[in-house]
Formats: sequence, C-alpha cells, structure tokens
Amino acid sequence: MKKYSAFAIAREAARYHQGWERAWAKRAPKAKYDVIIVGAGGHGLATAYYLGKNFGITNVAVIEKGWLGGGNTGRNTTIIRSNYLQDPSAAIYEKARSLYENLSQDLNYNIMFSPRGVIMLAQTHHEVRGYQRTAHANALQGVKTEWISPSQVKKLVPIMNIEGPRYPVLGGLWQARGGTARHDAVAWGYARACSDMGMDIIQQTEVTAIKREGGKVTGVSTTRGDIACDKLGIVVAGHSGVLADMAGFRLPIESVPLQALVSEPIKPCMDVVVMANTVHGYMSQSDKGEMVIGGGTDSHNAYTQRGSFHHIEETVRALCETFPMLSRLKMLRQWGGIVDVTGDRSPILSKTPVDGVFINCGWGTGGFKAIPGSGWGMAELIAKGHSPLTDEFGLDRFVEGRFIDESVAAGVAH
Amino acid sequence: MLILHCPNCGVMADETELTAGGEAHIKRETVGSDDAAFEQYLFQRENPRGVHFERWRHTSGCGKWFHAARCTASLEVFGTYPAQTVEPPKEITDKITAKRPGWSWRSFS
Repeated sequence: MKKYSAFAIAREAARYHQGWERAWAKRAPKAKYDVIIVGAGGHGLATAYYLGKNFGITNVAVIEKGWLGGGNTGRNTTIIRSNYLQDPSAAIYEKARSLYENLSQDLNYNIMFSPRGVIMLAQTHHEVRGYQRTAHANALQGVKTEWISPSQVKKLVPIMNIEGPRYPVLGGLWQARGGTARHDAVAWGYARACSDMGMDIIQQTEVTAIKREGGKVTGVSTTRGDIACDKLGIVVAGHSGVLADMAGFRLPIESVPLQALVSEPIKPCMDVVVMANTVHGYMSQSDKGEMVIGGGTDSHNAYTQRGSFHHIEETVRALCETFPMLSRLKMLRQWGGIVDVTGDRSPILSKTPVDGVFINCGWGTGGFKAIPGSGWGMAELIAKGHSPLTDEFGLDRFVEGRFIDESVAAGVAH
Repeated sequence: MLILHCPNCGVMADETELTAGGEAHIKRETVGSDDAAFEQYLFQRENPRGVHFERWRHTSGCGKWFHAARCTASLEVFGTYPAQTVEPPKEITDKITAKRPGWSWRSFS
C-alpha cells in the first residue's frame, strides 16, 4: 500500500492523478478463514483491524451484504463523546474517543476528527440534576466533562435562544474533547488498513445460514457459496436478530428506525455539537456548511430505513424553538437507519450460546462514537475469549439482572 | 404514517394518536419462575424482519389496548384485533399465510 501524504498528492498532481491505487483490494472469498466478521460497517471493520494489529490474526474476511459502510456507519450524525454515567460505558466510550484522536495517523487516512466540543443541554430541572450527577461520575472515571451555566452555553452557541418559553436552557454538560469525524472515512480508513494486512473485504455477499457442528460454528453459507471459519463475529447492528436466528439463539433486542436530516449549506454559525435530549434533537454543522440534525426513534419495530415523518416534524419544531434562525432554512435530505436497542440501552459484546460465535450489537442510537473502542474490545474478546472492555457487556447480564442502565442516565437520545 | 383500525372504538387512528406497546403474546412469568424464564419474559424479543404481532394503545382516543399484525419490512398491516386473547384470530393468520407463506411465531403459526 502506498502511503498517503502531502508528497503523494504533489506526485499524483504532477501525473494527472493517474497513479492512485485502489484503497482496498477486491478479492474473491477463500474456502476458509480463521475469523469471519459479518458486517463491514465501522464496528466490523474496526474489529478486523484490531484483530490484525493487536493480535496478529490476519486470515480474516469481512463479509457485507450491501456496500462497505452503507448501513448505520453512513447514516449517523457523526457525534463523538464519552460522557456516560455508568463505569463500563465510560470505559469503552472513552477508549473509543481517545483512539479517535490519533486514528488519522494510525490508519494513514484522514478521518477529519474535529474535537470541537459537545454540549448536552439541560432544559428541565430533572436534567439539571441528572447531568450534574454525570459530571461528578465522569470526574471519578477520568473523563473530562464539566457542568456549565446558561450564559456559558450562550457564549459557546450565540445562535441559541436560551430563554425559550417551553424549554429554557438551564445549563449544559460540556465535553470539550468530544466532537465529530467524517463517518465514511472511518469505514474507508479501516477497510484500507485491513486490506493492507491481507484481509479480504467481500461486499455484496449476504450470509444466508450459519453452519454448526456439535454446538460449534464451522462456517457460513453465503450468496457466493460456503465459507468455513474457526470463529465468527456478528457485527450487523439492526439485523442482529436475523443473524442470531440463523445461529439458533435469541437476543434481547428490538430494531427501530432512527432518522436524521440535513439543511442546505450555510456559512459557519455553530462550531460545537449541541444535543437537546428533552426535545429529541441534536445538531452540528458539517464542514460543507449543512446543519446536520438527528431526531428520535420510531416507537414501533421496523426495518424500513425510513422512519415516520411526524418524528421529523417534532424534532424540527423543537429545534426551531431553541434555534430560531433554523426556521428560515430549507432541509435538503432526510434518511433513516435501523438501530438495535437493548433494554438497558447499553451494547452487547459477548460470547453466544454457539461456541466460536461472538456478537457485537445493541449500540442503539449511539454506535458511531464507539467504533474504535468497540473494535478494540471485540478483537480482544474474539482472540482471547474475554476483554476488560467488554466483560461487563455480556449477554448473561440480562439473566443476572446486572444492567448497565444508560436509559435512565441519558433520558433518551445517545 | 401508520394508520391502524382500533377494534375497541372503531376509529381509523393515525400513529400520532397511538402509543406502541411492544411485542404481543408474551407469556407472563411470576413467583416461582426461574431466572431464564424471567429473562425470556422481560427481555428476549422475536424482533423479526417480517410478520410481527404487537400491542398498541389508543392513547388519544378511547384509551384502550389492542393488538396488531404488521410486517416490519414493508409496514403492511395485516389486521388489528382485541387484546383479550392469547393468539391472533384465524382470519388474520390466514391472511398472513396467503401473503407471507412460511411465516412463523414463537408459539403459533
């Protein structure tokens, strides 16, 4: 793999950009791999990458039914933060956030990480108490966050109306090291690095069955034939239930659509990420100038990648109250992704009832921010059988009643 | 927008009038049940890509609960029926079988 650098750009510019090689190789599947990862989204590719980088396991295939990064990795609002309440959550999300800081250098691929800061607005007294508690918890966990006053919020976000009639801004939880990154680039960067290590990234190939012998996985059937493997990682977000069904076990998960939308591009007006959980809306401005807006989830199960229109209306209505200038903006695009939500709103990174099958799912509405940490922990889980990052996130917690309850901590949106 | 017929009051109700109540026909566990049974009852869900039986409450209407049979992949509604039952009426399962041959659910099909 030729390294990307300023020199490479100059070199290619001099020869009309004819010399750029494919970012990742297009290969036919082999008959057998040590590890197969199902799902070439951010989490799946990161898992493969850290399997190779940290454990030297490179006989790996990543199988994707659509195209690389075309699921929730390409559909989220790119927010990165780690200000969670519970210790296991803070550990894995903070690991992810800290890996994001050097990910461009690590992958030799510009993921455009922008640590611009994230504010979570408190708009009810309940939220004020909740976020102050989170700020104290974060201090103990070593995650740098602080509680800020309404005037500090106004100073950071001049376009905000902090004295709205329904939901005045009473303060905010500020994480200066949070921010955004280019979501596609995260998937592309990991894919390029995986391909460079000799891993196969097999797109447009759907897994149709999971083959087992004596309670142990032996391989998968796909639309391009059977492929054998010693270990299988299922990292497919919204479709986890479908894959689990193939492997013969059930999951404590429900899949619902989550929507987002972007406005027409405008001049820079807001240089931080704002989340308003009371009104189910969060917003940041992309480098192109579009206001990127995330909304709430649908109330009912669906796999449609669309979402109900009235949720968009509710989100925009609430945001117009907090950001009056938004009422003049035209919205360009709206889309949905299928998020896999668990009962305690925390992910599942776990062994399964089938020997050799590992599952990474349940990230719900907030998986993008966790990609590097999730991949790091999942790779260790697959390679060694357990990982300090993932031990608390096992499927057994639902039998034991040992929840990592972030639904109470965060209210709604993640 | 999803529009469901409320079998209690007869109104065609918009999604905004309704509150989703999750999966239907879940077997309730109680005193004496073991941990695994409680896990099934409290957390494990079918979550199919296809035929789904679910509970709805006509919140901004008659306020009563009912059940719906719906496809989570196409959002097609196969029908709604009263909540006082442990499985859907035959006319609804027949309709589903005609449109989605080979469908299945935990305890009936």
